[in-house]
Amino acid sequence: MAVETRRTAQVFPRSANTLIWISILASALLFALGIGALYYFTQSGWARGVGQDITQPVPYSHQLHVSGLKIDCRYCHNYVEQSHFANVPATETCMSCHSVIRTNSPNLALVRESWVQDVPIEWNRVHDLPDFVYFNHSSHIAKGVGCSTCHGNIAEMPVVHKVATLQMGWCLDCHRNPEKYVRPKEEIYNTDWRPPPDQIAQGLQLMKEYRIRGSYQLTNCSICHR
Amino acid sequence: MSKEIIKLQDVRARLAGDRGKRQWRSIEELAETAEFDELVRREFPSQAGELRDPVTRRSFLKMMGASLALAGLTGCEYNVAQPQEKIVPYVRLPEGLIPGKPLFFATAMPFQGYGLGLVVEQHEGRPTKIEGNPDHPATMGASNVWMQASILTMYDPDRSKSISYNKQESTWENFTGALTQSLNQLRGNGGAGMRLLTETITSPTLIAQIQQLQQAFPQMQWVQYDPISRDNVRAGAQLAFGNIVNTIYDFSQARTIVSLDSDFMVTEPGHLRYARQFAQTRLVRKSNPAMSRFYVAESTPTITSTQADHRLPVSSSRIDALARAIAAQVGVGGVTAGEGLSDAENRWVTAVVQDLKASGGASIVITGEQQPPVVHALVHAINQQLGNVGKTVQYTNPIEANPGIQFDGLRQLVTDMNSGAVQLLLMLEGNPVYNAPADLNFTAALKKVPLSIHYGLFNDETSANSTWHVNASHYLEMWSDVRAFDGTASVIQPLIAPLYGSRSPHELLDALLGQPPRSGYDVVRGYWQGQLGTTFEQAWESALRNGVLPNTAQQPQQVSLQGNFAAQQAAAPAANDALEIAFRPDPSVWDGSYANNGWMQELPNPFTKLTWDNAAYVSPKRAQDLSLQEGDVVTLNYKGQSIEAPVIPLPGQADNTVTVHLGYGRQNIGVISAPDGVQIGFNAYQFRTSDAPWFNTGLQVQKTGRRHDLVTTRNNYVIDQQVYSAAERREIVRVATLDEYQKNPTFAQPEPHRLTEEQVESTEHNTNMVDPVPQGGKESPYVSLLPNYPYPGYAWGMTIDLNTCIGCNACVTACQAENNIPVVGKQQVALGREMFWIRIDQYYHGDLENPKVYNQPMLCQHCEHAPCELVCPVAATVHDAEGLNAMVYNRCVGTKYCSNNCPYKVRRFNFLQYQDEATQSLKLQRNPNVTVRSRGVMEKCTYCVQRIAAARQDAERLGQEIQDGGIITACQQACPTNAIVFGNINDKGSQVAQLKAEPTNYGVLTELNTQPRTTYLARVWNPNPAVGETE
Repeated sequence: MAVETRRTAQVFPRSANTLIWISILASALLFALGIGALYYFTQSGWARGVGQDITQPVPYSHQLHVSGLKIDCRYCHNYVEQSHFANVPATETCMSCHSVIRTNSPNLALVRESWVQDVPIEWNRVHDLPDFVYFNHSSHIAKGVGCSTCHGNIAEMPVVHKVATLQMGWCLDCHRNPEKYVRPKEEIYNTDWRPPPDQIAQGLQLMKEYRIRGSYQLTNCSICHR
Repeated sequence: MSKEIIKLQDVRARLAGDRGKRQWRSIEELAETAEFDELVRREFPSQAGELRDPVTRRSFLKMMGASLALAGLTGCEYNVAQPQEKIVPYVRLPEGLIPGKPLFFATAMPFQGYGLGLVVEQHEGRPTKIEGNPDHPATMGASNVWMQASILTMYDPDRSKSISYNKQESTWENFTGALTQSLNQLRGNGGAGMRLLTETITSPTLIAQIQQLQQAFPQMQWVQYDPISRDNVRAGAQLAFGNIVNTIYDFSQARTIVSLDSDFMVTEPGHLRYARQFAQTRLVRKSNPAMSRFYVAESTPTITSTQADHRLPVSSSRIDALARAIAAQVGVGGVTAGEGLSDAENRWVTAVVQDLKASGGASIVITGEQQPPVVHALVHAINQQLGNVGKTVQYTNPIEANPGIQFDGLRQLVTDMNSGAVQLLLMLEGNPVYNAPADLNFTAALKKVPLSIHYGLFNDETSANSTWHVNASHYLEMWSDVRAFDGTASVIQPLIAPLYGSRSPHELLDALLGQPPRSGYDVVRGYWQGQLGTTFEQAWESALRNGVLPNTAQQPQQVSLQGNFAAQQAAAPAANDALEIAFRPDPSVWDGSYANNGWMQELPNPFTKLTWDNAAYVSPKRAQDLSLQEGDVVTLNYKGQSIEAPVIPLPGQADNTVTVHLGYGRQNIGVISAPDGVQIGFNAYQFRTSDAPWFNTGLQVQKTGRRHDLVTTRNNYVIDQQVYSAAERREIVRVATLDEYQKNPTFAQPEPHRLTEEQVESTEHNTNMVDPVPQGGKESPYVSLLPNYPYPGYAWGMTIDLNTCIGCNACVTACQAENNIPVVGKQQVALGREMFWIRIDQYYHGDLENPKVYNQPMLCQHCEHAPCELVCPVAATVHDAEGLNAMVYNRCVGTKYCSNNCPYKVRRFNFLQYQDEATQSLKLQRNPNVTVRSRGVMEKCTYCVQRIAAARQDAERLGQEIQDGGIITACQQACPTNAIVFGNINDKGSQVAQLKAEPTNYGVLTELNTQPRTTYLARVWNPNPAVGETE
């Protein structure tokens, strides 16, 4: 009688012990995987919009203007060497050509309207850094960081997309080892520039020449955040 | 909040004993109250939330509610993908503008009618920051709190946005229609019923326009009125010389300076220049261990008198006797020294006279605008007698239009208004309903005027009682011009188009003249074209670029003293125990025109550190006699009027003077000046009379038994000196007399540090823990666990000269403007949550009646061994390669450990969402290069890292090094006396490195081995040994 009672009290078979351990381990694993997946997702280029074409109100093509017409980056982004902001051109800049070229193109209707009515065009920002990051275009250009290092080969993009996540780890990769990325100043605006085989040696040489400070200074928080 | 009762007799007893040898920050500290103790030990008072003020409590809750609601909304907006941002370029890029780079324009600000030259920073069309113009004689690159704060007034969302007729919104066309109709009626009798009431005007263009108006309406009368009037200065010159002249001083040449109740570093039209020149005579350096001597006699402590070597607290009515005594003793003819000088007064006068005579024409005696004309005349005579005229004192023609006695003009105007003689009254700025003397009863008179027009920035007390209100343009929105203290004319050029479609006074005057509409630009340009003829274009260009119209300063002229002014007797001095009331402009809201400016309301007043209020200042002795505690409400009875005011016992206040500050008790003109429509402070204009606008006897003070919560910051963030043993303790402010300095120039240096036995033992065993190369290259006696960072490039550092810091608060407001520092409100200040990155600590030394005052700006010291960096769990505050103690807001999680561990108490925490992110116009003011911090984030002084970055980026782009002086921090730039110097201490030739090599250079709390990058040059004062009041 007493034995009978004891047996019914044991609801779980002995194998349940193992099962519990397996399920604990599995849920821990699942949790870790979930965290990992979330991390991977937030760090992924997809989540950061890498490769996604950003269409603009005016169907402007860098491919046409830069590769096709051989217009220098600085014709439109004319303050990139002086200001932190590479400046999107004023309507005036577009009209300097388009007041005589393709004056009836329907693609340019918004530009003409902007010019006549004195209303600015609202472009969509492609490379959007957080507001607590103070990036400076002019410093990078002065130190031998080319356009394509961050923006990719814009000259071949009919519609611009990001090629990098623009996350802090990505910035720091260069700020820790500038020699991996710096190029001769005359190649800055060459969007098709490829690092030579001896990039590290050349990079170290250029760092000396351009007086690029080492990671001890370049990785200071106050370099980008204030 | 039940305050502990402070027994002043106990305080006195402590001061008479050993405690008197040390410095103190407040009476509460001396009284050793439990509250003060708690504030020293803790960062924030634990029970301070219990303010009884229902209004601020309510608006505080409302503010809380709003910020919570906002927090909720931002939560909803969270999105994996960033929202699509827009880039909106110009259609046509303005000339000279580089997107992302600020432009700087020279302009000028009229203050009290006189011009202060400015350089204004503008980001893509919006002005963000005001600096002094180095090329302008009145500012020399420096600024005062009102210059700094005026930009916030321009963006004030409570500004008047439209024209109104009987408080109904109207249009410019309706206004000009009504105006023309009235003018046509008045034209018949030459404008006899027409009056123009303005503030003091020096604008050449406006004067010319008003003169034109007077030609069109010959019977029209023009009255100027400023509540902070310089009538006595004008009348004094009239009395002394027979005509009104303008006096200009050159303090840089003076060896002895005597101020008879003059706060010349604040109230004189040339105050910034004078402060700088004065400071030049007080630089004690290795190369020149000498300084001027400064005597002050005054009724209420002023920032000017914090510099005094001998300060004499006397009531304002005693100044007459002192002036006569000095005049008689230096040999001014026809003056007899009055009887009845007290011993202290006699000693002071004797010393003054001795030094004045010895200075041989290199001295200045100056008196304030509140002193009667006869004192001004006596002072003119003294300066003549001493041979100062032509050297340190110059006379020129008056700068302002129609100089005269403004109170007389206003009195006549009110009489005319009451008699019905005034048909049309145009009030061009100013706010007479609020600030006219009470005995004139301006409001009642105004109601008798059929057509009254008020042109002003706010819908204020005057516009509420006028038929028409025309919204005014701020000086940053208009073309105009103004003359400085010496006559130098500047063109005021706009930094932004009028925010609310307002018109400038010139355009209004044009409408009055019935001229075809011209832009303000055409009016001003047209005037100067007419004046300058062929040289115009060049002068105009240069005026717009440099901020000064060349060769417009007044030339010095010869004046000669007239007969027997000294016979004129001032009002008989009051009996010894009779109380005197003294009216003063408020150190923050001035005459009330800054009452709706949050920066100014929150700015702690000098000495009392009072915010968001005004109070009646009484001497500690009176407070003791009447058993008054700080915050006790008293009834002030004066000339049949009575006002209730809270009191503050103020060390150094003259015994029988009660000082009240003008500018408070405004009606509802905005959310700042009157939160929830309830006024803050009391309106002292209510019993200011035109016959005695500055001081008078006949005041009665009665205790009411009620209390008012006065919120001060003087006991917030007090540096704790008690943690160290007595042997190690050094005063925070190190002081010596000039004599002591000459004998021992290194008096401020730390004493040779004696290690305890355990420390010696541990050093021997752990030699690697001894700091090998501390600052200055000397072997450090301290043991440190912290690494020594190498500084291969720049190493930023700062020195602050305590000998020239006048405690004027300009740096505090400049920092607030530059670094997007929020205003938190009275309730939050009471909780010790004010956000200033730099504060002026004031230390007293000596008795309650006449203590010495030492000013010490306290900001992040950027320690090389920073205690804050160690304790941050998320590395949000870190050391950088140039020695900055950097603060990374986006990392900060708000543990506040760093703040707990900061011995200097310079870190500030955003307990709530203090930044107003809803008001559009305020967004325009913010510096785009400084992060706008939100709730839950710690912040502090960054040494203006955005300015460092801008200079570094510019230099690197050009492949250059940053030159000494290439980075000027906001506080340094504002400082009138150049007390703050910033630079690269790795560059031994830099100014800051040289100052750090001065023997007086010392660091605060270096006993803790924090190795601060901010160091101080010790205070040296220069007493006259003959007085024998050295300590």
